[in-house]
Formats: sequence, structure tokens, C-alpha cells
Amino acid sequence: MNLVSIERRCRWALNTVIFGLGIMVGGAVQAQDWGVDALMQLLAQTKSSRANFVEQKYLSAVEVPLESSGELVYQAPDRLEKRTLKPSLESLVLDKDVLLLERKGRKRSIPLQSYPEVGAFVESIRATLAGDRQALDQNYQVALEGKRDRWYLLLRPLQAKAAAMVSQVKFSGQRERVDTIEILQGNGDRSVMTITPAPAIPLSN
Amino acid sequence: MSERRYKSLLAILVWLVVLAVCLVAVVRARYTADLSAFLPSHPTPEQAVLIDQLKEGPASRLILVGLVADDHGSPAAIDLARLSKALAERLRNLRPLPGDKAAPYTSVNNGELVSSQRDQSVLFQYRYLLSPEVTPARFQPEGLRAALQDSLELLGSSAGLMLQPLLTRDPTAELVHLVEGMDSGGERTTVDGVWMSSDHRRAVLVAQTQADGSDLDAQQRAIEAIHQQFEQVSQQAGLKNARLVVSGPGVFATQSRHTIESEATRLSMIGAGIIITLLLSIYRSPRALLLGLLPMATGALAGIAAVSWGFGVVHGITLGFGITLIGEAVDYAIYLFVQGGGSEQGEGRASNFWPTVSLGVLTSVIGFASMLASGFPGLAQLGLFSIVGILSAALVTRWVLPHLIPKGFSIAPMPGLDARLTWVAARAPRLRWLAMVLLAGAVVVLFMHRDRLWSRELTSLSPITKEAQTLDMTLRADLGAPDVRYLGVIRAASMEAALQGAEQATQALAPLVESGMLLGVDSAARYLPSQAMQRQRQAALPDADTLRARFTQAAQDLPLKAEKFEAFFTEAAQARRLPLLTRADLNGSSLALGVDSLLMRQSGQWTALVGLRLPASDATGVPVLDAQLIRQRLTTAVKGGQVYFIDLKAESEKLYSDYLSEVLHLSMLGGLAILVLLGVVLRSPGRLLRVVTPLLLTVLIVSAGLVATGPPLTLFHLVGLLLIVAIGSNYALFFDQRAQAAIPSAAVLSSMVFANLTTVAGFGMLAWSQVPVLHAIGATVGPGAILALVLAAVLHRPEP
Repeated sequence: MNLVSIERRCRWALNTVIFGLGIMVGGAVQAQDWGVDALMQLLAQTKSSRANFVEQKYLSAVEVPLESSGELVYQAPDRLEKRTLKPSLESLVLDKDVLLLERKGRKRSIPLQSYPEVGAFVESIRATLAGDRQALDQNYQVALEGKRDRWYLLLRPLQAKAAAMVSQVKFSGQRERVDTIEILQGNGDRSVMTITPAPAIPLSN
Repeated sequence: MSERRYKSLLAILVWLVVLAVCLVAVVRARYTADLSAFLPSHPTPEQAVLIDQLKEGPASRLILVGLVADDHGSPAAIDLARLSKALAERLRNLRPLPGDKAAPYTSVNNGELVSSQRDQSVLFQYRYLLSPEVTPARFQPEGLRAALQDSLELLGSSAGLMLQPLLTRDPTAELVHLVEGMDSGGERTTVDGVWMSSDHRRAVLVAQTQADGSDLDAQQRAIEAIHQQFEQVSQQAGLKNARLVVSGPGVFATQSRHTIESEATRLSMIGAGIIITLLLSIYRSPRALLLGLLPMATGALAGIAAVSWGFGVVHGITLGFGITLIGEAVDYAIYLFVQGGGSEQGEGRASNFWPTVSLGVLTSVIGFASMLASGFPGLAQLGLFSIVGILSAALVTRWVLPHLIPKGFSIAPMPGLDARLTWVAARAPRLRWLAMVLLAGAVVVLFMHRDRLWSRELTSLSPITKEAQTLDMTLRADLGAPDVRYLGVIRAASMEAALQGAEQATQALAPLVESGMLLGVDSAARYLPSQAMQRQRQAALPDADTLRARFTQAAQDLPLKAEKFEAFFTEAAQARRLPLLTRADLNGSSLALGVDSLLMRQSGQWTALVGLRLPASDATGVPVLDAQLIRQRLTTAVKGGQVYFIDLKAESEKLYSDYLSEVLHLSMLGGLAILVLLGVVLRSPGRLLRVVTPLLLTVLIVSAGLVATGPPLTLFHLVGLLLIVAIGSNYALFFDQRAQAAIPSAAVLSSMVFANLTTVAGFGMLAWSQVPVLHAIGATVGPGAILALVLAAVLHRPEP
């Protein structure tokens, strides 16, 4: 029976979400030459940010893309939050190394150590945000296209096991801002997350 | 042949015959070391469940294993995980050990996905028979539509990624519901796929033994196998710093058996050594020494034989402690040798001590009789053992021993000692004020501790050390497996009926889960629904064509491509003719463990357990559970068998408090009976008071001392106090014996001191024991024996 492991699906879910959350961060920086390193430096500047997202999932058995939307909040160094408002409320919070999923009154707390691949993944995201490109290179083949004002970052998992779930993650953005995250699954399903900066809500201070 | 010679031969002959009979009985007796001694012989149904769980429940077969890094965190978590995998693999593949028929472990779980693949294939294959969502309504167009809408919503969320790849085969998301239902909420920490403590210093495994928890020899072999395998894997892995710890009921039982055996042996050896040295220095004759031990040896044999006849089985505890309890028997020989001199006429320094000793024997017998009446086999056995042992020791001392003493044997008087003792005894009454001060202090202490004199916890009886209990709790916490407190128990004639009962109970409690009063309900039927329930679910499934038609109708205005869902139609239709899921189908999956821990066959009946999970209370631990409501719901819902609702904590506490109050009552009765006996024999209120006062004071002062310096008293302290009365009554009676004299004769005094020294040596050693039982008795009787003698002397008041 070609039954895809539930565990692996969960990991994949975590991967995509965390990755998405990690990369949306931006900040101003003046880099000398454009390249992956420069982009990393640019992204690492931001200490906190807030954005709205719209996510569309294209599944082979579903005629129309499934759309969800909500907001994303990042706080340096290690708190990322994805709050889905539509079609139903859902909250996904990464706080240090625990992932909290709350949906329909059910809370699930998932320690990242339970999912070593994700754990390593999160670390590489964090390392990336800190400007440590080496960590990213350990898990992905990294390619950058475009210019500072319109760039595309392409990540392909180095390990076959991971590639079976996620064959490719594509980010696009301008300067320090991430616009879209497109995730291509091994089975051809695809999701696209569009990120727009939230109207400047004064933080509660 | 003279008549006396004939009589003595007859006595010896009778003794030898009795001895031989007892010896045969002792050899043929059945011995056991399980928990039964601590459990009531006529339990309530609730207690019976508790006891079954303790003795042979699946929980009794669990062994928790920890691989621990040292203080510096070495080896690292990842190495511990490697070790855990290697150890688990070896344990899973163990061959039957010598002495066992089957492999020692039925399952070994360390968090690895070994069984998870199997779990998922079972869950997926049988999803329509397992899912509580499967009802006829769900497969009507409206039901399907609702389910599909739910699924689409789920797909849109982050949590939906689990459903996504299975959508076309399982669009109603039965698998997702099943997995969610089985997620008990307690998430465990894992490193590299292996369970680990949250601080990453311990890798944890759970192994279930093949043997029952009460089969201690098999448990021991299984535990030793873990140690051996660990040695090998840690050597292979080159990890020197990792330590192995094991816990669980079987570990506790074997550990405590080992401790009791080794401590009882070690301490009795030391005690015996001291006693023998003492006796040798007094008797100065090895032959007399041997003779002096004969009464006690006879008593022990007769005691074991009597217990074997009376109870059918002799408990290890009886053997371990019984001999201590009849240690008093050594005193009889001392009284005979020292006071009775070497001839049967009782000349020399003789005093007529037999009536006094007989009275002492009788008081002891009455004291032990109160234990005999206990509903707890352990105490009752000890009571019978002690009564028979003391009586036969006294009889041997009285009727046999005098004939065996070599002609002309006598203990050489020790004039120096005699004089000193006489001097001390004569002046002892001057310390009366001190006795009164001690008494006043004792009363104050006891009054201040009046609310916590007695320990209320069953664990205070357990021979398990604090450290072992802490280790157990730590490992359980690592596993996210807190102790279950509330249990519904269904007893039925067949497995099917028990499972149906569990299903009815789960249904009855469902509203309480909805309302949040309960977090969840676990039963074996979740993993293995009753056959009736499985058939009912099969009947709810339509055939492929009907399902296709209904699906198309349901999905009309949903964005689903109906033609992609052929796999769903055929698989749901196939499930209608799927052979029903049986326990054997679950082999190799963790579902099997779920069934076995909640469904078991016991004494021809099937028992299904329904575990109630409570929401985490706000640290206060206040029970939020309305036990009455739940009991009522269960009783009305469950049809096919008897149903009980048990609060395990309350039940075990009640067990103990019943135990304690019974023994307290019996002891009081025993004390009263001793009073009556002494009153009848002494025939004088004044003499009675003189005999009883030092005993009463001793008991009060010793209790106060224990309460002031240690934890609350347990049953074993009570047994110790009884022993003080038994032994101390001899002293008080000897002082009373010649009430008109200022002090007893030098021979009586020295015999009492010798007897006291042996008692203190024997019992005092026990106070150093790690085993609570031994420690309690030692710490009570050791000081108590000295105090009883001193107080008897101090409070001695010659009649005018």
C-alpha cells in the first residue's frame, strides 16, 4: 500500500510553514554586491514585522484553489506566528522550539525535537536570518535570480527524502520584503502564499 | 528404669516426633512472595479490581527503562538515542530465557516508528470499522456533504496537510479523526525519533514482559536480561558514561524481595552473632548455647508448619519477620538456665519462675492473637506463626529442655554482677520523678501530634524506597504517562460482551467529554471495536454504485472532481465485506498494546477498563470529577455485565485506612484481653496496676519518641508496640513476683538483664534496615525493651 506516512506529512507541514514565516522578514541594508549573501544580510536586519497573507492551494482533486488568509507576525529572535482568519480560525505559533497548533478549540503542542528534520530546518532558517548562509547550504541547493528590487530565491532540498515531499520552494520579493512563497510538492500539488505588508498598526507601546 | 527417666524419655520422644512432622510440613509447604500479604482476603469488588491490577494487570507487566547521561550531560542526547535504538532492537529479538517458554518481552517501545508503520496500515485498512464517525447518516448525501465540507476546510488549513495526499481515498477524513482520537494529548519529547526526557538527559523505553507481574522469578530474569543487553550495547557503542535505570511494578517487587531477603539475612546474622556471643559469655558452654536455641528453633518450625496447614501457603514476610517476633523464646531458656539452675528440681539459685513465664507467654499469645484475627493474610499469618512458635518454644523449654541439660550444669553465679544489679535495682525507684517527667513529655508530644499519629498512605507500608518511587515518577513523567486515577471497570462473561460494555460506557460519557468535564475516555473498544459494532459500521456503508451516486449528489456544488474519487467508492464498498478486525490482526502494532492494557481475561471473566482522562487541574489538585454522576451514568448505560467506577487513589487509601483501623481495634481488644488475663491471675487491682503501669508508660513514651523524631506511625510500629507489651510483661511480672521483697533476687535480675540484652541486640539491629517493616519494628522494640525493663525497676514499689 502506497500510504504516505502521517508523520512525514506533519513534518512537511511544519517545514513549509516555518520556512514561510522565516523568510518573510525584511529589513534595510546596504550591500555592496547583489547575491545570496547580500540578500541574507538584508533579510536579517528586521527585528519584528507584521504582514497579511493569502494562501492558495492547488490540489489535483479539487477544482478550485483552496484559499485561506490571515496574518503573519514575527518577533526576533524566535517567535513566528501564522494566524489564519478565513475560512476558519486557526493559529500556528512557533515559540522557541515548540510549535503550537490551535484549531476548533483543540490545542496541540509539538516540540520540534520530536521532528528532528524540522528542528534542523528551523535552525537553518534562524541561522539564515542571522546571516549564516552555511546552515542553509547544508539542507538546500540555493539559487538566486533577479535584482535587488525583484529577486527570486530558489531552494531545492539536498536530501531525496525531503525532496519527495517538497520538491522546491520559491520565494520572490523586492529588497528586504518577501512577496510570495511558492511551494511545490512531490506529488504535483502546489501552494502559493502572497504576502502584503500590514497597514502600519502601532504596536502596543 | 525409673519413672522420671521414663517420663523424660517420653517427653523427648514426643518432641522429636512433633519436630519430624513439622520438618516434613516445612519442606512440603508452598512459599510465595507476591503482594497478597498486604491485600485483604475478603475484598470489595472495587478492591478486587485494584488487586487484580496490582497482581496481574497489564500495568504490572510494564518495565520502564531509562538510559541516563551523567551530570555533565555526557553522552549527548543523540548518542543516548542511538543506544536506545540498539537496546530496543536487542530486547525485541530476545530468545526465551532459560526457565521461560516465551521470549521475555511482548513489546518494547522507545518511540521509534517500528510499529508506527504497522499502526498506520492497520488504521487505514480498517478505518471504516474503527471510526466512531461511521453511521448510516454519514453516508447519505447530506452526511457526505457535511463531511466533505469539513474536509475541504481542513485542507485549507495548516493541519490539512495530513489529509491532502489521502483525499481521494479517504475524503471523509476517517483516518484523521482516528489519529486525532488516539492522540492522548500528552506529547512526548523525542530526539532522533526516540523518547527522551525534556532535559535530554534520559532516553526512555517501555517494555512489557511476557510474565505476570506476580511471577517474580520470571520478572527477575527479564530485568536481568535488560542489564545484560545494556552492558553489551553500551560497550559496542563505546559509551561508558551512560547509566541504566529500570523501574515499574516488577522491578519494585523483585527489588523489595531482594532487599527483604538480604537485609533479613544480614541483620539476623549480625543479631544472631551478638546474641550467641552474649549467651556464650553467660553460659560458658557451647552445649548450653545450642540447647538454649532449641526452643526457638522448634518454635520456628512449628510456626511455619502451622501457617502452611492453616493458610495453604507461607508468605515470605512470615518467614522473614516471624522468627524475629518469636525472639522472645530465647529468653525462656535464659530464665531456665539462670533462674532454674541445672536440675529438674529447680534447685540452686532457683526461684519458681514457671508461673511467671507462663503468664508472660499467655500475654504474648493474646497480643499475637489480635493479629491472627486480621483480615489481611500477612498479619494473620504472622499472628498464627507467633502464637504457635511461642507456645511450642515455651513447652519445649518447660518439658524437654530440663531433661537435656547435662547433669550438674549450672550457670556460675557472677557475684560482682549480681551485687551491682541489686544495688542498681534498689536505687532505681529514686528515679520515679524522671519517669513521670518522661510520661508528661510523652503525653504532650502525642497530644500535639494527635492528628497525624498514623500514616494514611498505603505507600508507607510499601518496602519500596523513596528514591525508587521518585525514579518511577520521573520516568513516567518523561513518557507523558501519568498514573490513571479514575477507572470504569466492566466485567463480563465474554470478550465481546466486555467490549460492548466499554462501548456503552464510552457513549454514556461522551456528553461529559463534550462539556469539558472529561478530557477524554480510553477503552479497548477504540482500538478493537466489538464485533457487533464493526458489523453495525459495515452495515452503514453503501455499495460502490450507491456511494458514487450519493457522492456526486453531495459534491454537486462543492469544488471536488467526483471522477477522482473512485478509490474511495471501491475501498468503502470493500470494507463492507472486510473480515472483522480481531485482536490477532493488531499484532505488531501499538494498537495491540492499547487493547491489552485495557482488556484482559481474569479468572475466567473478561474485564474491560475505561480510563477517564481529566483536564489538567490548576495545580491545586482539587478533584473536579462528580464521581456520583459518572457512576450513575455508567450503571444505567452498561447492560452486558457488572460495572464499577473506581477512584484508584481513594480506593487504595481506603484499603489502608481499613487495614489500620482494623488492626488498631484488634490491638485494643488484645490489650483489654491482656488486662483481663492479668487481673484474673493476679487477683489484686494493686498488683495489676503495678504490672500494667510500666508497660503503659513504655508504650506511650516510645510512641511519643517515634512520632517526635520520625514520620507518622504505621502498622508495623503498632506490631512493634504489641511486641513491647509481650516482652515487657515478663519484666513487670518478675518484679511483681516477689512484691513483698524490696527487689527481685539477684538470679532473677541477672536473667532479666541477659534476656533484655539479647532482645535489644536482636531487634536493635533491625532499626538499621532500609526496609520500612524491619526498621519500624526495630526502632520500636529496641528502645522499648530497654525502657520496659528500666521502668519496671524504677516503678517497682514493694508492698508494705
